[in-house]
Amino acid sequence: MTAAGALPYRLVVGLEVHVQLLTRTKLFCGCRNQFGLPPNSATCPVCLGLPGALPVMNQQAFRLALRAALALNCTIARHPHHTPGFTKWDRKNYYYPDLPKNYQISQYDLPFSHDGWLEINVAADPKKEYVPKRIGIIRVHLEEDAGKNLHDESGRGGDSLVDLNRAGTPLLEIVTHPHMNSPEEAMAFLEEIRLLLRETGVSDCEMQEGSLRCDANVNIHIPAADEPVGFVATPIVEIKNLNSIRAVGRALAYEGRRQFEEYQRQPQHYRLGKLLKTTAGWDDARGITVVQRHKEEAADYRYFPEPDLVPVVVPEQWLEEVRTEMGELPQHQRQRLVSQYGLSAYDAQVLTAKGRAMVAYFEEVTARIGDARLVANRMSDLIYPALAERKEEITTFPIRPAAFAEFLQQAPGNSQDRRDVFAIMLRDGVDVAEAKRRAGIKQWDEATLRDAVQQAMAANPKAVADFKKGKETAKMAIVGAVMKANKGAPNDLVRRLVDEALAQA
Amino acid sequence: MTSSAAATSLSSHGSARPIVEMTAHELLALQERGELTAVAIAEAFLTAAQQLEVHLRSFLWLDAEEVLRQAQAVDLRRRSGQPLGPLAGIPVAIKDVLCTKGIRTTCASRILANFVPPYDAHVIERLKAADAILFGKTNMDEFAMGSSTENSAFQQTRNPWDLQRIPGGSSGGSAAAVAGCQAPVALGTDTGGSIRQPAALCGIVGLKPTYGRVSRYGLIAYASSLDQIGPMAHDVTDCALLLQVIAGHDPRDSTSAPLPVPDYRGRLNEPVRPLRIGVPREFFDKGLDAEVESLVQQALRQYEKLGAKLIEVSLPHAPYALAAYYIVAPAEASSNLARYDGMHYGHRTRHKADLIGTYAKSRGEGFGKEVQRRIMIGTYVLSSGYKDAYYRKALKVRRLIKQDFDQAFEQCDVIMGPTSPTPAFRIGEKINDPLAMYLSDVYTVSCNLAGLPGLSIPCGFTREGLPVGLQLLGPPFSEETLLRIARMYEAVTDWHTRRPKLPVPPSPVTS
Repeated sequence: MTAAGALPYRLVVGLEVHVQLLTRTKLFCGCRNQFGLPPNSATCPVCLGLPGALPVMNQQAFRLALRAALALNCTIARHPHHTPGFTKWDRKNYYYPDLPKNYQISQYDLPFSHDGWLEINVAADPKKEYVPKRIGIIRVHLEEDAGKNLHDESGRGGDSLVDLNRAGTPLLEIVTHPHMNSPEEAMAFLEEIRLLLRETGVSDCEMQEGSLRCDANVNIHIPAADEPVGFVATPIVEIKNLNSIRAVGRALAYEGRRQFEEYQRQPQHYRLGKLLKTTAGWDDARGITVVQRHKEEAADYRYFPEPDLVPVVVPEQWLEEVRTEMGELPQHQRQRLVSQYGLSAYDAQVLTAKGRAMVAYFEEVTARIGDARLVANRMSDLIYPALAERKEEITTFPIRPAAFAEFLQQAPGNSQDRRDVFAIMLRDGVDVAEAKRRAGIKQWDEATLRDAVQQAMAANPKAVADFKKGKETAKMAIVGAVMKANKGAPNDLVRRLVDEALAQA
Repeated sequence: MTSSAAATSLSSHGSARPIVEMTAHELLALQERGELTAVAIAEAFLTAAQQLEVHLRSFLWLDAEEVLRQAQAVDLRRRSGQPLGPLAGIPVAIKDVLCTKGIRTTCASRILANFVPPYDAHVIERLKAADAILFGKTNMDEFAMGSSTENSAFQQTRNPWDLQRIPGGSSGGSAAAVAGCQAPVALGTDTGGSIRQPAALCGIVGLKPTYGRVSRYGLIAYASSLDQIGPMAHDVTDCALLLQVIAGHDPRDSTSAPLPVPDYRGRLNEPVRPLRIGVPREFFDKGLDAEVESLVQQALRQYEKLGAKLIEVSLPHAPYALAAYYIVAPAEASSNLARYDGMHYGHRTRHKADLIGTYAKSRGEGFGKEVQRRIMIGTYVLSSGYKDAYYRKALKVRRLIKQDFDQAFEQCDVIMGPTSPTPAFRIGEKINDPLAMYLSDVYTVSCNLAGLPGLSIPCGFTREGLPVGLQLLGPPFSEETLLRIARMYEAVTDWHTRRPKLPVPPSPVTS
């Protein structure tokens, strides 16, 4: 990115993303997987880790995880003796009150998927161009989440409480290669993965609710001609407590600067390999990273295969079903919007980012009136702001595609009138003709305007002749003349009538 | 039993025998013929259990009223002509490692001294559905770790054949309760021999089913990949009866096998012919007590007389089984027992401490020495830097042991040998020598490592009057055949009919 290019170092970022799956129940028991329930109400002997309780894998969770992995272009793990997918579970042992068994069921040496990628746009100006970059995915694995410790923060030394509603809910861990080289790239990656997982129904990815969590591993490479590899790498810092995509961007920018300053202070000592990896927390209020611990104190998790669960063998048929369920991925959708509808890469990106339902709306309107770019523009002028204001989803938006198509065909040319009519349609639940009447806007009938077009062509023979010689812009003189003589006529309709008349001339 | 107070009933042969000396299948038949009620059975066993408890100390919990209430319910239903389950009115003693809803389940550990499970183990549900009478919770080595029941945090169970000796372990309470006629049958669990070894040392029949045959849901885990629940009884028929009720798939245990359960009693009295018995030379090595060896050899000759062919087989990796077991089992235990931390339930230290201190003190106070030892061993063998040398190597040995058995079972239908290298030893004899204690399991652990079914039947008594067990090992899910083979021997011997002579205290003692 341009921003990174201006810096005297290269930022190197790898992300560890945790995503809660949209399953009905938890990963290894039948308790509800739902945010915001009364503390400890969604618990049972299994997720409480009571003696004698045993886990049983939730197939829906595994299939959602497969969906995510396939969407991230990952290879599904195979076992030499099991031709389709094969994976197993492991125990990660550590003590913490929010982990009732004091081990987490996770995946260690045989994650169910590995080696994928996700494409992001790294153009300097994403409004103008699309420059793809593939961010490599090392592995995606499934594990159970821990509960939540609620500490008394009054400073009066009150008891800490534990809420185990979240304990045992399914969590997907996605580990990337250190392929991101700026805060913007990391943010773009998170935006893209959020869109992908939302669109495929894997997760709602609400960072505020913790259903998408992210740790960033970051260091910097400082060009140095006298080094064998041509640069000096600083020690890796793992940043935790990143609660929004914006926070990720800020934390990475800060940490890059901090590491560079640290390096300048002690260029021989502050180097990868000389210092151990550290963990830091992001303090969003102060805008700084705070070192929490050095990894040399890090626990030995004593991983071993979970004996209470059998390995998962994934039949080929599952993979086929999951691919079908997955639907069109954002990346493919963007490409299709460009190739099928002639949208700009930027418009395609904006529309795709609004979600599949919005794309479906767009496609339905376009099917009725043909002009895809016009539809895309009018949607961003009128529908997106209306949805934001009404805090509404497109699926429940009162102006359905047929009515919006009709509106586009009959809408006033003047943008203020257009807005007024749209607002009345929305407010009063009436069709475009009635809205125009209520707005006091003159109705135009096609026959009258067609006559006006014939008159304008007769009055401008040169423009007609120029157009026939191939000068496209000559058309605008005719349109202008018609509009001048018929103030407030719908621009779109006039253009269409001019086109038709010119074609027959 | 010699108690004059003990109720008697006419057996099918017409001779008066105390109710408490009868087997479950005899008691079922008498109830069906209307000669005995469930309440009469319950009262007889309650009296015996309470009188003998001062000597045997088999039970950690026994509620007479609750037992009688269950028995009355069975009788009521029988009188009103309602259908009854296959264990109707049969008292079943339960090892205190199996969760019982609303009834304290301690694993004989201080750390769970006050733990009351909110749910029943799968096998308890099955027993209830079969109209069995839940007859108390039996003593055991803490968390099933031990071979003598000396590791119970609460009491020392004694061997009914010699009160100075241990009953074996870890299911020592269940074994003593059955052998001592406090209950006709019991459930035990077996991780490295914990059903078979105490069965052998107490002169009863004990069966460890194939791994996956019986659901472990509600069994408080020691070593999850080895633990199995199984029946302990006076004879093979009762074992078949009990196994029939508890076996079968349970969707709550992913490792339970989705296989149909055969009718274990249907062909029980049909001999297996031809019968090839594999005798591994590794099971008759040094360390085997001469009297035990001689009794086991006599049993093998008895089988020859019944038409069986003895084949010498080799289990070349058997000598490494004990070492592999004492790595795999503690490794899993160190993780399984991590949950007992004083945070959510169980014992929590009274001492004020920070988080780590609270963990350490609660666990230090709550766990006994042997449990702590195995947690430390398990933690060590899984630690980075040691995992390859110990844990991973043990898993390799485990695979080789499984292969040994697979190859041996190509030549034979069953493998036989001693269950335990010695008869019951004296209380305190090995308690300060863990390695000597671990050797008690030398012949039983390989069965668990390979996931096979194993059965111990009484095959005689030493000159001192101590019972000796013959171990039968079969291929996976061969319980039906294994029981039939055991029954062949039982049908021509009377070891299983012997009952210990126990002194009765001057006045009834309530537990």
